[in-house]
Amino acid sequence: MKLKKSLAMAPAAIFAPILAHAQEAPVAEGAFASVEALGALNVEMVFIFNTLLFLLGGILVFWMAAGFTMLEAGFVRSKNVTIQLSKNVGLFAIAAVLYYLIGFNLMYPGEGWLVDGWLGTPGPAVLEAVGITAAGAVDVGYASVGSDFFFQLMFCATTASIVSGTLAERIRLNAFFVFVVVLTALVYPVQASWTWGGGFLDAAGFSDFAGSTIVHSVGGWAALVGALVLGPRIGKYGADGKVNPIPGSNLALATLGMFILWMGWFGFNGASQLAMGTISDVADVSRIFANTNAAAAAGALAALILTQMLFGKADLTLMLNGALGGLVAITAEPLTPGLGMATLIGAIGGGIVVFAVPLLDRLRIDDVVGAVPVHLFAGIWGTLAVVLTNDGASIGAQLYGIVVIGGFVVITTGITWLAIKAVMGLRVAPEAEVSGLDKTELGMDAYPEFTRG
Amino acid sequence: MKFIIAAIKPFKLEEVREALTAIGVRGLMVTEIKGFGAQSGHTEIYRGAEYAVNYVPKVKLEIAVSDGLADQVAETLQRVARTGKIGDGKVFVLDLEQALRVRTGEAGDDAL
Repeated sequence: MKLKKSLAMAPAAIFAPILAHAQEAPVAEGAFASVEALGALNVEMVFIFNTLLFLLGGILVFWMAAGFTMLEAGFVRSKNVTIQLSKNVGLFAIAAVLYYLIGFNLMYPGEGWLVDGWLGTPGPAVLEAVGITAAGAVDVGYASVGSDFFFQLMFCATTASIVSGTLAERIRLNAFFVFVVVLTALVYPVQASWTWGGGFLDAAGFSDFAGSTIVHSVGGWAALVGALVLGPRIGKYGADGKVNPIPGSNLALATLGMFILWMGWFGFNGASQLAMGTISDVADVSRIFANTNAAAAAGALAALILTQMLFGKADLTLMLNGALGGLVAITAEPLTPGLGMATLIGAIGGGIVVFAVPLLDRLRIDDVVGAVPVHLFAGIWGTLAVVLTNDGASIGAQLYGIVVIGGFVVITTGITWLAIKAVMGLRVAPEAEVSGLDKTELGMDAYPEFTRG
Repeated sequence: MKFIIAAIKPFKLEEVREALTAIGVRGLMVTEIKGFGAQSGHTEIYRGAEYAVNYVPKVKLEIAVSDGLADQVAETLQRVARTGKIGDGKVFVLDLEQALRVRTGEAGDDAL
């Protein structure tokens, strides 16, 4: 009872000062008694709230870079931690620079397509001038270009960070960075433009709200192809299909990383509503936050239960992957499901991960952190699950998008990985791999007081 | 002088230390080790893959004692560290040729 009353008064309390300045909205007598009589926010306020959503969302998605970094640092052995940290710092920096130089305009060409619906125009991103008024805004009905650029840049960086986990402990630092350049400058922006940039996949009805395919499957495909070209770590697989576990060095960091990613995902999904200036939009953002959380929890719970059933004991590392799998699964449609459906979608995402991790090992594909099950497999599931709750989507269009984007990424990243392998070499020498990349690639231990010798 | 090396179950360490200091041992060294003997390891599962844990954690004690105390120390160690189950450990008694106290330079039994 108390809550209902205060919620009803809150909009009145907020709108009162705004209405004092609004020129258009008529204020009827006794307006505060009736929410319906209050007008909508004027154009400037909508622009501000939308921009705010992007800025805050962008900060949260940026924070996911710390999440991936900690997750990976915890999953690798201590002799490879420094290089993993370096890869994550470097890939973010490269993504940021290249998204500014080429990616943003490739992804959002607006009217300036080179090949309509297929290929945008590369060129540096340009923000609006300092101190614009409403008249100076590029799209006054949307948000500031700066906030749009800032927010979307983080998604590009997220895609690149997915790849670094799978390929840990045996890839050369600069070979990896060369790949990141290609991924963030070309592969990611071009395929993203097909949907989010208003390209041909969008026209075909493909629906991917925040990027189960466009970000997560893309990263997953790139990681999978990389793992196939790179090969497994020395000692990971024995004769007769034996799988040798290589336990991570710091499960506390890995868990911290998972929680950071979970938190960042509220921005990843929530701000993908792309608007917060109306009751409808902000209520939608609220739904997205709640659904995102439900899916993550369900994924972790599914992994907790399944690992106990399958292996006799709960496996923390698979619970971490399970939560992330749930998050990836809800990412394609975090708005339309109810909480129950979001929970189910997340649980299935988590379950897929628990089965996929040992499956990859049986196929002798060495994925150090489980990124392929989490981002690719759960990403495909999440993209298909859109049709369960979104009437505007069709299974045909979803499959079309999954296959087209998958094919594009497999081919382009396959060529890139093979080219890098041929020109500069992908893998460190076996002796270097056994000594640890921190020593051989960087000459810098992550835990100098705790390593031998 | 004798040098006694013992491998015992970790949870027995405090009990053994108290018993040894009660009979006159004034110093000992402790290291955490892994080993196997009759007590074999077990299997664990990590991310769905089984692996054998061949080594069991133990605690190693190293004690330098005078000849007169050696038998009593060895017997006390064995009696107190015993649980009756496999994996209780071993006690080894070696001849110790020389010992020096670093602070004073004292040698022999005076160093112990």
